[in-house]
Order: sequence, then C-alpha cells, then structure tokens
Amino acid sequence: MADFLIGLGLPGWIAWSIAALVAAVLLLNVIAGGALVFIWAERKIAARIQDRLGPTRTGGRFGWLQSLADGIKLLAKEDLMPEGADGLLFRLAPYVSFCASFCAFIALPFAFDVVGQRLNVGVFFVVAVLGLEVFGVILAGYASASKWSLFGAMREAAQVVSYEVPLGMCVVVPVMLAGTMDLVTIGEKQAGWMSNWYLFHDPFTFVIFWVYVTCAVASVNRAPFDLAEAESELVAGFHTEYSGLRWSFFFMAEYGSMFLVSALAAVLFLGGWNGPVPVARLLGFSDGTGDTAAYAVRLLGIANLIGKATFGVLLMMWIRWTLPRLRIDQVMTTCLKYCTPIAAAMFAGVMLWQLFLPGGLVPGWGRPAGEIREGWLEGPGGLSGGIRSAADPAAPVDLVKRSPR
Amino acid sequence: MTGMLDMDISFLTHAVGPAMAHLSAPGLPLAALPVAGINWHSVLFLLFAALACGFAVGVVAADNVVRMALYLVFSLGATAGLFFLAGAEFIGAMQLMIYVGGTLVLLVFGVMLTAQAPLVSIKPSASDRTLAAVAGASLLALLLTASLSVDAWLKPGSAVVPAPSATPLGMALVGVRVDDPPSASPAGGRTGYMLPFEIVSVHLLVVLVGAAYLARAKRRRTPRALDAVAAAMPVDVESPVAVGSAPVGRTSGGSKSALVGGGR
Repeated sequence: MADFLIGLGLPGWIAWSIAALVAAVLLLNVIAGGALVFIWAERKIAARIQDRLGPTRTGGRFGWLQSLADGIKLLAKEDLMPEGADGLLFRLAPYVSFCASFCAFIALPFAFDVVGQRLNVGVFFVVAVLGLEVFGVILAGYASASKWSLFGAMREAAQVVSYEVPLGMCVVVPVMLAGTMDLVTIGEKQAGWMSNWYLFHDPFTFVIFWVYVTCAVASVNRAPFDLAEAESELVAGFHTEYSGLRWSFFFMAEYGSMFLVSALAAVLFLGGWNGPVPVARLLGFSDGTGDTAAYAVRLLGIANLIGKATFGVLLMMWIRWTLPRLRIDQVMTTCLKYCTPIAAAMFAGVMLWQLFLPGGLVPGWGRPAGEIREGWLEGPGGLSGGIRSAADPAAPVDLVKRSPR
Repeated sequence: MTGMLDMDISFLTHAVGPAMAHLSAPGLPLAALPVAGINWHSVLFLLFAALACGFAVGVVAADNVVRMALYLVFSLGATAGLFFLAGAEFIGAMQLMIYVGGTLVLLVFGVMLTAQAPLVSIKPSASDRTLAAVAGASLLALLLTASLSVDAWLKPGSAVVPAPSATPLGMALVGVRVDDPPSASPAGGRTGYMLPFEIVSVHLLVVLVGAAYLARAKRRRTPRALDAVAAAMPVDVESPVAVGSAPVGRTSGGSKSALVGGGR
C-alpha cells in the first residue's frame, strides 16, 4: 500500500504514515467491533444456555443493537474514582490493558501476507505481549485502594504467571513442526485439506491443542478461570471500583484477547486461513493467476480465519456458561499438575514422532503439497547443500513462490 | 538502561534509514515541507531513547514501589522498541518476555509489600543517595568512554543490514552455524554455541530444583493425633514452636503406629 501511494507521488514518509494508520485503524476496529458483537453474542448465548431470551428489543429483532446502547450508556456514566486511590495508576490501568491486547494484534496474520507487521518471531511476540495485559489488571487492583480489587489482582498475577509455562510449551510445538516462528509461514505450511492442519499432524498435537485451549482460557481470565473477577466472592474483583468508559476498556481488552488467542490457535493448529476444504484452490484461484485472484484468495482467507477465531470465542462462551468457577488451589493444580506435565510429555512425543515418523503413518496425510522454507535457506547466500526442502530436494522453493500443487 | 547505552551512538550516527530512500521521491509540494528532510528513523529512535531514559529517571525519582516498577516496565518496553527499530525482532521480543515480564513479579511483590501503610512511600537517606549517585555516575562514565572509543560506532552506517531471522540463531544454539562460512573458524568446521547453551540450561535447571526444594511444603513429622494431645497441654499452648520440635513428636514420628494411621 505504501508503494502504491509513493507511486501516486506522495513523499515516502506520508505514504508510510498513511499505510500504518490504515492498518492500525483496521486492527482497532477488529477489537472494538469484535467486542460489540461478542458482548451481544455472550448475552444471547448465556441467556439461551440458562433458558432465557436475553436482549430482544434494542434494534428490532434479536436485540442486536444492545451493545451499542450499552456503549452509549457507558459514555454517559460518571467517571468515579475512590478517595484513597492512586490517581495516576488508576487512570492508566485500563489503557495498559487495552494497549497490550492491541499490540499483540500487530503481528497476527489474517491471511497470507495480510498482517500488520510481519515479524520473524511472530509467535514469540504475540505470546510475550499478551502476557503484558496482566499489568493493567494488577495496577487496577492496586490503585483502586479496595481489598476486593487487590485480592483479584493478586489472584490474576498468580494465575497468569503460572499458565504462561504450559502455554509457552503448547505454542512451541507448531513452531517446531514448521521450523519457524513466523506466523505467516506457519499458517501457510498447513495449506490444503484439513488433514494438513497441525491439529491432525499426529496424536500428540491433537492432545496438546486441548491443553492450549485450557491455558488460553486461563490466560485471558475467562470462566472457569475468572478468579480475578469472581463476582460471588470479590464483588467484581479488579474492576470493582471502575465505571463508565474506563471499565469498558477492560472489557474491550478482554474480548480482544479472547479473539487473539482464538486466532492464534487457528493459525497454529487449525490451518489459519487455509480452510477445512481448500475452496480457493478448487475454484481455480491461486496466487499465480493474477491480482484479482490473489485478492479473492486473501479475502477468503480473512473470512476463514475470522470464522475460526469467532468459533473459538463462542467455544469460550459455551465453556463459561457451562462449567462452575474453580477455586484458586484447583486452578493451580490444573496448571502445575496437569497442564504442564501433559504439555511436556506431548512436546517430547511430537519430537520423537518427527524423528521416527517424519512422513506420518498414512502417506500424504499431514504434509502440504508444496514445501515452504524460510527465504534465507535458499539462494546463493543461503545454506547450500545443508537443509533442503524435504519433499523435493532438487527444487527448493521460495517462501512466497510456492511450488504448484 | 545499561544495555541501551552501547547502542546509542551507533544509532545517532546512522544517517541512512529505510525511510531515507523514499524522501527524495519527487511529487506533491508536500515534499517541499521542512519535515520532508527529517530522517524519521532517527526521530523514532530519539523518541524511544527519550522514553527509556525519562522513565529510568522516573524509577529513581519515584518514592512509591509500585510506581517505580511501572516506570521500569515503561523504560524496558521503550528499550524493546529500540530493538524492534533496529530490526532485532528476536531480541526485542526477548526483552518484552524476560525483562518486562520479569518486572511483573517485581510489581507483584511491590503491591504485596506496600499494601500496608508504612512502606507506601520510600525515602532513602542522603548518604544512600550520594553513594548511589557516585556509583551510577562512575558506571555511566565508564560505559560512555568505552562506547565512544569504538571507531566503527562513530561513523555513519554505510548499508542497511537485511533483517536477520531467528532461525540461524536457534540453529547456532544447537551447534550448527549457518551464518558463518566454514573456513572462518580456526578449527575448520562450523562451531555453534551448544556447550554454553547446555551449561546455561543445566544451571537454570539446578536453580529451579533448588527453588522448588526451598519452597516445598514443609512436611510435619508430628502426627496429627499427638498434635491434638500436645495442643491440649497448657505448656505447649503458650509456645506453639515447642510442639513441632518437641521430643514427643520426634520419637513417635519414627514409628508410625496403628493409632496414628496415615498421619502426614
């Protein structure tokens, strides 16, 4: 896009700024618009699970404008601050939470090459930044000068620090299979039919996906791991003292994070933008058949990934309204005695599987038709004679140009 | 802060940035604006550097532990921004994960310690301040002279280095160097960092085991039934420590009788 603007005659720095601004606004709308839709969906799903109707009136049928009405109500609310609160930290905390959630979206690809900033260490970046969201929660809990908030913040800290360990281990497995931390490459390596998804790569990845789901739910602080809020014990936990727009920032951060971990799961395990059925390929589109086809492929990919991520978010809602909240000791037991050992064992299992059964049990199962490698391995300056494409050693392919399927 | 200093000069003198190539693009009169001549790479660098330094000063100047920790987070985060600006994505993400994430635990301790009133505000004495200022200034002077003495950092950068990938780094850690021609090393082969990596990881494992040992739940030798008896005695009620270390508990701990059953 920046190149296009430069082509129009704009100076480089303006072109780059506009391109960056467009990307940032788009990502912001993914979070904000997503939060609107998901909050409405959460209310409807909760209602249906509890045999109620949920919002029905606002905006005509299904109450689909309920979230917007709520937003307007929140805007009009008085911005309160407790008397003993640490003013600066109290005001800052929601923005810290939201910024962490937003920053992680920068490296998240929505389709092949549709990514805010393609990072070579995309997975690592997303996990690292996602862990920063807890800062906002702790600051909110501390600055509120309320014991309920402080309890909630402390619980959150213990929970997040613990669950980063198994979460990291789960994330490493697709990285190991793909041989790169670049999220775009990881997604593209699972191109084709759903048998190429890392979820179905081997039994170990199938198990570790569910460990990832558990840890992801815990790390975004959703029920049954929502001890930081725990409205029956701690009033509302860390956001007890918040009201109005500041309060809603916490919720935008929470729904943004939910979408993020779901999208990350989709990219890492569920083929990313490559569907259960390769629709684009069956329709005859591929990256090589012209610009229009390439855009069609990208659009299908974006729809695909957003669909998968939305499914993940809905799954989290289903879990939330089905399972009771765990106690803090049960949360710790789940993490340290179950998730971590299972993740470690599955990690070792995947390693051995790659060592002894690199081709898989069934020929053609779990292996993309075109092998993709990182660019530095090829070319005159790359690793010559070392590691080659496993499928066709004679013809290593570039990262972007894929071999014909 | 210290990690940033050795980067400072190399960056300030880097007149060539990726943005520079586009600045000369002809076109709209906007290009004639004075801002068009600015190297935006340097501007971003100065912004992040100012943030890092400013918040580092904030850490020293603040008197509330939680605020100190928060300023430290911002300072380290700005340093991570500097790494990303330099194209060192892996180091930047590492900085976020280890330093910024590690400060989280510091923050937690700060919150736990200062939830009570007496520790909310920390004011060091004048002698402490002087000592810290002398130590900090001498370290700063040492680092500045050391970094200014490297000639290569004073010259403007000549070329934009392509963004490195994390994969050669990972492969070097397991002993395969792909970024280094084989003839460069005196041994003739490509040597990686397998041994240092393994030593560090074993060291970390030892630390983990040690921490788990220190933090483990203390198993009480005294069976519960005897505890109840001891607690009922008036002497032991006065000094609960005596219950755990009483000879009664120790002698009976060795022989778990049927009376006690599966006492812990």
